[in-house]
Amino acid sequence: MTGAPPDPAWRGEELLADVICRLIGDARHVAVGNASPIPAAAALLARALGNGRPYVSLLQSRKHNFFTDGGRELFDCAGQGRIDVFFLSGGEIDGRGNINLVSIGDYDKPTVRFPGSFGAAYLYYVVPKVILFRTEHSRRTLVPQVDFVTAPGTSASNVHRTGGPFALVTNRCLFVFDRATKRFQLVSVHPGHTLAEVIENTGFDFDRPVDVPITAPPSPHALSQLRKVVAPELAEAYPRFAAEVFGTREPR
Amino acid sequence: MALIADTLEDALAAIGDGCMLAISREVAGVSMAATRALIRRPVAQLRLVALPTSSLQADLLIGAGCVATLETSAVSLGEFGPAPRFSAAIRAGVIGMKDATCPALHAAFQAAEKGVPFAPLRGLIGSDVLAHRPDWRVIDNPFGCDDPIVLLPAIQPDVALFHAPMADRAGNVWIGRQRELATMAHAAKKTVVTVERLLDGDLLADPMLAAGTLAGFYIEAIALAERGAWPLPLPDHYAADYDHLAEYARLAATPEGFARYLERYVHDRRAA
Repeated sequence: MTGAPPDPAWRGEELLADVICRLIGDARHVAVGNASPIPAAAALLARALGNGRPYVSLLQSRKHNFFTDGGRELFDCAGQGRIDVFFLSGGEIDGRGNINLVSIGDYDKPTVRFPGSFGAAYLYYVVPKVILFRTEHSRRTLVPQVDFVTAPGTSASNVHRTGGPFALVTNRCLFVFDRATKRFQLVSVHPGHTLAEVIENTGFDFDRPVDVPITAPPSPHALSQLRKVVAPELAEAYPRFAAEVFGTREPR
Repeated sequence: MALIADTLEDALAAIGDGCMLAISREVAGVSMAATRALIRRPVAQLRLVALPTSSLQADLLIGAGCVATLETSAVSLGEFGPAPRFSAAIRAGVIGMKDATCPALHAAFQAAEKGVPFAPLRGLIGSDVLAHRPDWRVIDNPFGCDDPIVLLPAIQPDVALFHAPMADRAGNVWIGRQRELATMAHAAKKTVVTVERLLDGDLLADPMLAAGTLAGFYIEAIALAERGAWPLPLPDHYAADYDHLAEYARLAATPEGFARYLERYVHDRRAA
């Protein structure tokens, strides 16, 4: 999150976790990949607010992770429709919901190489609600057309596609993805940010209502659950993040 | 050669130049002791396959010039950033890259495990991952109607290499809940394992341990390597050496720094 939040009652990371938690909605099983502390906080918050539901699988965690059949179990679970919500990001994300986790420039001799696709070229197709999350909202990351399609936002009608993009959360705003028009729609701009700034920093066209609301801040109850219940749970998988954001004790 | 090798180098004899070598992801147990020994030899022209991702291990082997081709769904140092030698090698076009996606690698290993020539997988259609894989095919589901689906050829590595908490003297290896290590070993022609300790007793005799045991039947060689995953973690046993990984990320950012890293931590036997 760039810049200090205008309201010292909550931090930017807490706002984003709360926004994502509300997007999760009524789900039975939320899975979170590696290196995703804010989505992990959101999933744990949804569980705290839902009295133990949804099931949460944090791939980065030993404790909040019930998989016992190796790395394939997550993907087998997803293929069967047993994962309702997952999170993906991209070195580039374009206005049609295509994501690029591979490279920029010529594939055989790229100018930028990202780590790779991980499970995205599969999970984007089969998880009903994929929430895209990128804390760098810029024309470098939100582009008119990705250089490499790790996974497309939409598919031809004969392609097995039970899932896809649902929303895009950035440090500046919240978009939802309309699968019919294949376009993002701006839902709200986070406190401390402006519509002009969102337009200026977004490389693709998007739809928006006449009046764009400000993202609602976390409720006192959500904040208290984040700090009292989620923070110590998160510290097991993300000790540094939890220490920095919530002041949990760093174990090393 | 005895199943329990006298030295780490003896255990690695099966991994020759040009070997198609399967390696495990960080949380499953990575044999970094063996990786350093292979670089010291040095092994050449490895066809590396990560199930399904890699971190320091692939970056080191690539940086040291041991790798001809790499198949994986990602190489990253996680919270320490991109894998610098991997990224540099791809940008320079000096290794052959086969980009995959995690479940494709799991499925292709499972096909080899079953002794069948291919596995079908959902997803992928319309992706540039598929577009850059001429060895993958799209067919129409023969049991459906106008239902395209991707077929992946089975991956049968020459050797699978990983690190595990313990083995018994009959060569049975305890892998616990890291079940993909069993898939790796079942799929590979040979499996080489380094372990934290050797157990006097029979891992298969105790039903609680047997469920997490890979039988010695699949194993080519085992070497004792205490803290053999260092500086990576051995989950449930020890954590990563974060200071060391930060130092690696800093040094490996340049070829000169990487060479200093190799000198200090790979070629200097005190470190291994």
